[in-house]
Amino acid sequence: MAENAAAATGTSTAAKLGRREERNMLGVSRTSRYIAHAILIIGVLIVAFPIYYTFIASTHSLQTILRPPLPLLPGDQFFENYYQALFGGVGRIGGVDAWTLLLNSTIMALGISIGKIAISLLSAFAIVFFRFPGRMVFFWVIFITLMLPVEVRILPTYKVMVDLGLIDTYAGLILPLIASATATLLFRQFFLTIPGELIEAARVDGAGPWRFFKDILMPLSKTNIAALFVIMFIYGWTQYLWPLLVTNSNSMNTIVIALRKMISFADADTQWHLVMVTAVLAMLPPILVVLFMQRWFVKGLVETEK
Amino acid sequence: MANVELKNVRKVYGGSVEAVKGVSISIPDGDMCVLVGPSGCGKSTLLRMIAGLETITDGTVSIGETVVNDLGPVERDIAMVFQNYALYPHMSVYDNMAYGLRNRGMAKDEIDRRVRDAAATLGLAEFLQRRPRELSGGQRQRVAMGRAIVRSPKAFLFDEPLSNLDAKLRGQMRVEIKSLQRRLGVTSVYVTHDQVEAMTLADTLVVMNAGLAEQIDTPMAIYEKPASTFVAGFIGSPAMNLLTAKVADGGQGLALAGGGSVKPRDTVLPEAGREVLLGVRPEHMVVTSNRSTADLTLKVTAVEILGADTLAHGQPADATQNGGEIIARLPGGTKVEVGDVLPLAINPGMAHLFDAATGKRI
Repeated sequence: MAENAAAATGTSTAAKLGRREERNMLGVSRTSRYIAHAILIIGVLIVAFPIYYTFIASTHSLQTILRPPLPLLPGDQFFENYYQALFGGVGRIGGVDAWTLLLNSTIMALGISIGKIAISLLSAFAIVFFRFPGRMVFFWVIFITLMLPVEVRILPTYKVMVDLGLIDTYAGLILPLIASATATLLFRQFFLTIPGELIEAARVDGAGPWRFFKDILMPLSKTNIAALFVIMFIYGWTQYLWPLLVTNSNSMNTIVIALRKMISFADADTQWHLVMVTAVLAMLPPILVVLFMQRWFVKGLVETEK
Repeated sequence: MANVELKNVRKVYGGSVEAVKGVSISIPDGDMCVLVGPSGCGKSTLLRMIAGLETITDGTVSIGETVVNDLGPVERDIAMVFQNYALYPHMSVYDNMAYGLRNRGMAKDEIDRRVRDAAATLGLAEFLQRRPRELSGGQRQRVAMGRAIVRSPKAFLFDEPLSNLDAKLRGQMRVEIKSLQRRLGVTSVYVTHDQVEAMTLADTLVVMNAGLAEQIDTPMAIYEKPASTFVAGFIGSPAMNLLTAKVADGGQGLALAGGGSVKPRDTVLPEAGREVLLGVRPEHMVVTSNRSTADLTLKVTAVEILGADTLAHGQPADATQNGGEIIARLPGGTKVEVGDVLPLAINPGMAHLFDAATGKRI
């Protein structure tokens, strides 16, 4: 009897311990875990459902889309719609097919991200490692441009682009968006954490400024560069106002601008199935960049290799 | 390989802060010169001026027969080992060592030969493809040394290279550095604040204080005849005991400021009435059985048992006021307890006298 009681207490203690252990291991109780998951799932649904719906719509014919409710499963027009958008020329926007739009957007986004990284690496390099007159002045001038978004300086910038004859060119799309105080500051902060002894060791090893930049600074910054590339690529890809102003010809449109132009105010004129295809295509490259660069991106944000 | 010559070297920062106030040192070819001193004494600045990492405000630095004041670190042909190793984190051990050679445009097979030689010398052969972060502190320190060795420079400069290592490893690396330097016969300048490193490594020891070289000599000469109370207090552990005293009339000995008197044997006393500091190293006192031959009687206030030695802290027993603490290093196993009164004799000739005002040796 006593033994039984002891055994019973033993089991209940063990059970209690087990529960406590589970709780401690995860830091939360079972109930709050369920709640957390439920919230996350609802969040994912809210974010993901419109994207899913866009994809569904891009696989149906215009007639199906215009006759609600829209089915929740993919239709049979996938190949036809995508073929028409990519190669057929989308009537509404002056016969430019989606390939051209994707190419324009890619050139612009790559130009902006690579240009920004190159410029800000070099300017941070100058500000951190060289002592020249007006160094702090330059630093603050770069810094205060943070307060001026593209929209604020858009008219003078447009005037400059017109005078330089850069309307409807890739250079006109890319150049005004390249200068970046954010990226310069980011690299500056990173460069400041590089120990002085490392710089001196490089000097003793006979590395001049350029060698130091190329052999030591660049390799050490690669995770930062990768993280910045992802952010800047998406920034470039989603630019709206500037490309809208600086391109007149439809063949120079980016995919984001074209998407806007495809939507007519008279609902019936809009080729919704092609709009949906273009929207899906416009989303793909940034997603691919994030997917492929994710490892580097996270690394760049959370750790510095020193 | 070359001698290194410093003539009246000065460093002034921003026109007003004088970090190094005129130091002249002559280091013969193949010798190891250790600069030692407390932080802020200018020893690192001096080393960096030899390296070419700091400009020289005044005076000349020559390596070999060349004045190198206006040459960059590369043209000076020196190699430096830094305190935190300063290895390139993204390069393998091999590349870390080879980088300086590649920048000089050396042929690939020659670089390979030198790196492998150095790696073999330092026991790094199996780590050549590793990254610095995969190595232990001691191994990283060896890579930093290797980076210096492969260059076969005119001089090695060490900037507190062992202070990031734990005590045991530090002792081991100290011996390794010494034997390596001997073997390679490269003129070296070594900066440290650790007096044990200073004593064991130096051929020439430079004790620096407030931008000046207080004393330049062999380690033993500095230990035996410190030029000032600063040097006396800095070299030796525990530090030399310093007691304020006055020379008594008629050559009768020294009257201690705290009360009591001492008459050190084999020591020439200056003129009567002069204020002096009496310096005695803890290890130069012995307990005598006979009170009449004792120079000092120590009233013990604390005891530290170190095993090999026992340190007795206390004050002169006949002191009427606080006249400064005395530490005596007694053989291990000596039975001492707090409150004991020990008759101590100062070893003949082992008392040092310094001028009370200037702190200079008399």
